[in-house]
Amino acid sequence: MTHTAARKSFDSPYDLEAPPGAEGWRDLYPYNLIFQENLRDKENAKFWFCDSQHWPNVFKPFETVGVEFAVRCLGAFNTRHYIIPPANGIEFRIHNGFCYMSPVAVAPELIGDRVPHFMERAGHYFANWDSLLENWKKKVLGTISEMDAINFEALPEMVDLDVITGGLGIDPSAKMMADYDRLIQLAYQNWEYHFEFLNLGYVAYLDFFGFCKESFPSIPDLAIARMVQGVDSVLFRPDDELKGLAELAVRLGLVEIFALHDGSEQVLAVLAGSPNGTEWIAAWEAAKEPWFNYTSGNGFYGSDVYWRDNLDLPMGYVKDYVERAARGDVLKRPTTELIAERDRIVGEYGEFLSGEALETFHGKLGLARTVYPYVEDHNFYIEHWTMGVFWRKVRQLSRLFQSYGFWENPDDMLYLTRDEVRPVIFDLATGWGVGADPIGPTYWPTEIERRRGIVAALSTARPEPAFNTPPETINEPFTIMLWGITTEQVQQWLAGDDAESPGLKGMAASPGVVEGIARVISGPEQLGELQQGEILVAPTTAPSWGPIFGKITATVTDIGGMMSHAAIVCREYGLPAVTGTGSASTKIKTGMHIRVDGSQGIVTILD
Amino acid sequence: MGIYTFPFDSTETPVHERLGGKCTSLAIMTSVGAPVPPGFAITTDAFDAVMNQTTLREHILRVLDGLDVDDTAEVERRAAHVRELILTQTVPDDVRHETIAAYDALMQLCGGEVPVAVRSSATAEDLPDASFAGQQDTYLWITGQKDVLQKVRECWASLYTARAITYRAANKIPDEGLSMAVAVQKMVNSRTSGVAMTIDPKNGDRSKIVIDSSWGLGELVVSGEVTPDNYLIDKVLLQVIDRIISDKHEELVPTGHGTVARREVDAERRNSPSLSDEEIVAVARLAKSAERHYGSVQDVEWAIDADLPAGQNVLLLQSRPETVWSQKAKPVHHTSSGSGIEAITKSLLAQMGSRA
Repeated sequence: MTHTAARKSFDSPYDLEAPPGAEGWRDLYPYNLIFQENLRDKENAKFWFCDSQHWPNVFKPFETVGVEFAVRCLGAFNTRHYIIPPANGIEFRIHNGFCYMSPVAVAPELIGDRVPHFMERAGHYFANWDSLLENWKKKVLGTISEMDAINFEALPEMVDLDVITGGLGIDPSAKMMADYDRLIQLAYQNWEYHFEFLNLGYVAYLDFFGFCKESFPSIPDLAIARMVQGVDSVLFRPDDELKGLAELAVRLGLVEIFALHDGSEQVLAVLAGSPNGTEWIAAWEAAKEPWFNYTSGNGFYGSDVYWRDNLDLPMGYVKDYVERAARGDVLKRPTTELIAERDRIVGEYGEFLSGEALETFHGKLGLARTVYPYVEDHNFYIEHWTMGVFWRKVRQLSRLFQSYGFWENPDDMLYLTRDEVRPVIFDLATGWGVGADPIGPTYWPTEIERRRGIVAALSTARPEPAFNTPPETINEPFTIMLWGITTEQVQQWLAGDDAESPGLKGMAASPGVVEGIARVISGPEQLGELQQGEILVAPTTAPSWGPIFGKITATVTDIGGMMSHAAIVCREYGLPAVTGTGSASTKIKTGMHIRVDGSQGIVTILD
Repeated sequence: MGIYTFPFDSTETPVHERLGGKCTSLAIMTSVGAPVPPGFAITTDAFDAVMNQTTLREHILRVLDGLDVDDTAEVERRAAHVRELILTQTVPDDVRHETIAAYDALMQLCGGEVPVAVRSSATAEDLPDASFAGQQDTYLWITGQKDVLQKVRECWASLYTARAITYRAANKIPDEGLSMAVAVQKMVNSRTSGVAMTIDPKNGDRSKIVIDSSWGLGELVVSGEVTPDNYLIDKVLLQVIDRIISDKHEELVPTGHGTVARREVDAERRNSPSLSDEEIVAVARLAKSAERHYGSVQDVEWAIDADLPAGQNVLLLQSRPETVWSQKAKPVHHTSSGSGIEAITKSLLAQMGSRA
């Protein structure tokens, strides 16, 4: 774009062709999630940005459940619960398989009327934060355990005799349908709870944020984040558990067993036959619940692998940690240093203030710190634990249908939308009931092949960063903070890729400067490729990539703001990070020598 | 190091009676992270050793006995006599060896023989104010062991200028126990220099440091003949927030013989940053240390010395209280004070209400 003037608008979604082979992709998704032809003018009047932070990969039809539940509930808490004066929710659409968002503003003349409601409602939550949050945890754990109890089993050759003798008069297909509905409903329920506190957490954070920006114009966002952020989030607990297990292995003299054996099954078998091995196994078992309800994905994809379901994953991390602990490496995160640094930062900014301003500074910081742990901790309870159980049940049902010949591969149900699954259950129940073959096994395999081809074709293209004309300035702080979408960022997208420039600009998300070899990772299944000392470059990361943060020296992402998962986890691990670069994962290739300046938000390709 | 010399970067506590005012302050600045050009003090112990090895002290007192301080010609004559006595006195071997060792160490740090400044460092009110004394006993661009040792002696002798003798008589300061330390300090060879202010003059924000920086010596920046690079740095995180790289067409460079040359900057360098990222942070750190040390907003002159190794090459030339901007700064108006729901609502409306 060096020869032409930068454009003012992004393309319209209506003008963008799908990649070859993806024709008909619109039919894969619910009608309300795609840009409908008859709404062209209305949809084109809005600015849409791609959320590849949460949805970096093309949705399989079932997987839209995540964005539908999450973003709908986010909106409902702004719009219907707390009546956040200037902000409603965020509209979302799927285009060419990727997810696009558009915040919904409140008309200026309506803002005033919303204020008293907001103060009453949000005020109640802020005033009773701790007790409400305690109750929240009970509700969320209740949902999880109810979901966990759901079990999809093959239908019996004949109904149990109990049904006859008990005079029940109903067969297990009814329960299968009810269980499926209940599973969907329970997931929805915990996504509601997810946003019960989250938006308010951000509101309090923004209050402190705004005060800092007024007091210290152009104070780095990073400084504000570091003053608020805790160091002992539940989110880091699973990784800490693995580190603890590694240290225990060293103390018990088991290092050699971990060095010589691979895979959880083999390691556990050898441990079981060794003198101190049983003590270690007991600790391993104790750590599983709930801490292995943890994914190296982000909870939004059916293909996300959870530790609980694949013990080779945590065992692999433990093996790495044992090796490092045996070498004398300190595995624990530098929490004392992080706290000391946080206190220094707060202390120094405080020195520039006095009187009422200083009191306000500490007051707002205090509230931000009270509410902020939720912003980090909830992720474990919902994205990891709830969604871990949810996907396990979905997979169980999918495998059941596979066994009935409805489809070829264990997880093929993901190629159906969630509302297409219910008729499939009924199809099975009918065939089983009437004593004939269900229709599905003759219908779905071909249809799923067609859909698989479309999803694969969609996956060959990276998403456009945005659609239509952006607002002149982006000052909606949620958008900036959570997605890293700033006026400058949008302008950079508009300017296009400048092939001659060896640098990328993003958010200075975690301080420090590092040079090294890049490793581009587009999904969790590639994490095994990472080598010690490399720099992770990814469309986005999940905090649950935790154990790999001991291996890498810096992180670069395409999407994400100061409060994105990559930013939080890198600050926690003391690694430099630049987030929201827009195109790092396509511009940088594995093996390139790059320099990451997490203090300035600059990534330079050195060769 | 023995008792006769004291490097400015010594980890020992500088003692004023042994180092004199100037050297003490140079050592303190270095220890608080605002390093002055490197060098060392020749302590009052060295002066005392010279005086006490013979009966020189008594001899001087005898020369000055009964002097009429109003008889300027006589004062001049006897002062010259005393100075001659000091200049011709042999220096004890241990003092001489230790001084040479300290000088050699300094030259080694600088990567070879470079010019130094030799200055007196008085211990008390033995001498008139520093500005006057400074003219008398500061020797710049001194090169080589022999010349340095000669200038050290001249500093010692400067305790007995006519002006100093008259001053002590007028202020009833006895000549008994007089002593003198001497500073030997590297002459700055500025690759880059400029000023740093520990406040943002745009808005009085005290959490910022602004740096102006250009090639060579700082005079062209101060006089406005060159547009310097400009950096805005967060004082707490020491993070560069904004940078403007300017066209720096000219520079002043020291010739090494006490003169400076003005020259055009070559095409490649003039539009390049005059500080690396590490140096920006080092300059900011230095300004922050000076502010912390003096307890007020500072206006700091600094230089990057071309002879010194990275990590030790950022030097403080001068630091003085900044009075213009720090007084002008208006208190910040805050949209929202306090921390309750009302405050939250106000700030939420302010931040989100204005969006396009």
